[in-house]
Amino acid sequence: MSFTDFLTFWGGNMVVSVLVWSAIAMALVYLARNPAHRMIEAFAAGAKQAFQQAADAVQASGSKLAERNKEVLVAAGREASERLIEREFSRIDTIVHRDMAEYPTLHRKISDVVTRIDEDYKTSSEVPPEAPGWANAVQAVAKIPTGTNDPMVGQVLQSIHGSMEKSHQRVLEEYRKSSRTRHMLLKKMRPFWRRMDSDLKQVNQKVTGLLERAEVIDRKMEEYENIVSQTDSAVRTLSSSSLTQFFVAGFVLAVAIGGAMINFNLIARPMQEMVGGSAMLMGYRTANIAALVIILVEVAMGLFLMESLRITRLFPVIGSMRDEMRVRMIWITFTILLILASVEAGLAYMREILSQDDAALRASLIQGNVTAMAVNSQRWITTAAQMGMGFILPFALVFVAIPLESFIHSSRTVLGMVGVGLLRGLAFVLSLIGNISHYLGQMLISIYDLFIFLPLWIEDLVRGKESRESREGKRGFNPFGSRTAKEEA
Amino acid sequence: MNRNRIAIPIVAAAALALAGCSGKADVPYTRGVYMLLDTSGTYTDELKKAQVIINYTLAKLNPGDTFAVARVDTGSFTEKNIIAKITFDDRPSVANTQKLKFRDEIDRFVKGVKPSAYTDISGGMLQAIEFLNEAHVGRKTILIFSDMKEDLKKGYVRDIPLQLNGFDVVALNVTKLRSDNIDPREYLDRLAMWQSRVEAGEGHWRVINDLERLEPVLGD
Repeated sequence: MSFTDFLTFWGGNMVVSVLVWSAIAMALVYLARNPAHRMIEAFAAGAKQAFQQAADAVQASGSKLAERNKEVLVAAGREASERLIEREFSRIDTIVHRDMAEYPTLHRKISDVVTRIDEDYKTSSEVPPEAPGWANAVQAVAKIPTGTNDPMVGQVLQSIHGSMEKSHQRVLEEYRKSSRTRHMLLKKMRPFWRRMDSDLKQVNQKVTGLLERAEVIDRKMEEYENIVSQTDSAVRTLSSSSLTQFFVAGFVLAVAIGGAMINFNLIARPMQEMVGGSAMLMGYRTANIAALVIILVEVAMGLFLMESLRITRLFPVIGSMRDEMRVRMIWITFTILLILASVEAGLAYMREILSQDDAALRASLIQGNVTAMAVNSQRWITTAAQMGMGFILPFALVFVAIPLESFIHSSRTVLGMVGVGLLRGLAFVLSLIGNISHYLGQMLISIYDLFIFLPLWIEDLVRGKESRESREGKRGFNPFGSRTAKEEA
Repeated sequence: MNRNRIAIPIVAAAALALAGCSGKADVPYTRGVYMLLDTSGTYTDELKKAQVIINYTLAKLNPGDTFAVARVDTGSFTEKNIIAKITFDDRPSVANTQKLKFRDEIDRFVKGVKPSAYTDISGGMLQAIEFLNEAHVGRKTILIFSDMKEDLKKGYVRDIPLQLNGFDVVALNVTKLRSDNIDPREYLDRLAMWQSRVEAGEGHWRVINDLERLEPVLGD
């Protein structure tokens, strides 16, 4: 019995059979309506809840990560701020040690100058000339009665007048002399005044410098306090600063990688003469690996040098070394770098010679030109340039440590931000799927009811009739014929 | 104990590094080229072209590669037929000197070559297979500079299957004979026969008559 036979078994008429089967199916589906609705609702609710829970969990993880990022950001910002403040204090310490150490000397100089000026001032002060004894004598003579007309008195007065004139001349002379001396002393005081003025200006400058530094520290301290109290503005500033650092450091690192590649090409070919041209290691030429290792060693030495100089802080062990040991390390790393740079310069020279040999061989083999290629008289320029680059690039690579440190520090924050963004996006997607499954359940229920629209319509008719009958029955008991409050509603 | 745990991987890594840096050519990346030169009859006139190909091959080969040139004559399955052979030094500068010496040897041979009566290409190929297998190289190439017309002396047995798994066999400068011009099917049949022989031995067959197309064969 085929499926078609099974379908058309009802009277052999396809249309009738389909109608009968549809009616049967509709009846069965109608009967199973309530359990089916419950199943769909349960499935939709379960899916929504599961997705919502997953979204909540992801959201919580995102929040935790964001919190963690904030902590990392604040810690990094605090560290950077502490470092800046430490530098400022270090500068102040230098200023105080450099300038204030001289302060006692300066003070003594000023004090000496003041003492000398004081002494000179005292010496130069104007001493009032002593009153001549003649005044009393003149007074006594003046008291002599004038009526006597004694010529003796006239002679005496004449004599006194003469003596007084003489005395006056002498005193005037002495006064002028002493005035000249005083002026000489005051003249001598002028350089001392100037010196004192200069010293005081110097003191003023140093104190002003200190005050400026103190203002800078005040500002830094304010920023530090904001970071410690984790204010939103501080966090925002740190985030944007971190992003800027990430991109700037990334750009500089890309430039450095370009430099390293040039360096690699300079030494890879001549390295074949040292480690062989055909030896392979993990699918790569050993010569290339050796050249790469040399460059990486240079970068590593650069990192150690920068660490020893306390310019970067990637290795706390180096930073916390004793100063003596640190200085020793600076010299060791610098010496190794110098040797490697010299080796690279030599290899760059070797590269040029090998290139010439290769070119000559090719010309000889392929073009059949037995004589060597014409020697270019300007070739020494490229040779010198290659050697110079071979020598300078290792030292230039030393400075990779600075952007590398910034990149590592900022990438922590940037990766955290990306992680938070991804988690939040995932939480949104999960929540969306939960809601979609909920509405999908409702849609399935509607589709289910659409399939059995006929029994449902009949059910509605029957229920409508029943309710009308029920309302009419209730009206029979209402003697006033008015509608009840429930019916009104 | 802890010290040992750290020391063992370090020593192992150092040993690996030393092994890698020992300067010994790593076999799978080296190349072996064996070139057969047909010296039969009038084909000796074509040897000037062969010189160009040899020089080109020398220019293309790298340190650590192996190169041999052998003549095809009446009985080619012998080491005596090898005109020059070399495995280039690992250092490029030394390899360059070796290449120049190799070229000089070939030049001397071409100047004094005498035509042979018969052409034993199969024997030469058997010799090439043996040589390149012994050379222990990564890529194996047999260049056959010939018109591919085998002419064996009576009594020589060459009906031997060729084991060419992993070999590239390149027929170079396959000139058309007078009879080929009369009936080109002879030429086509000849090439088809060699192709089927090589492919039956799991080798890769190619014909290059325009020498400018040699680049892909010898390129890196």
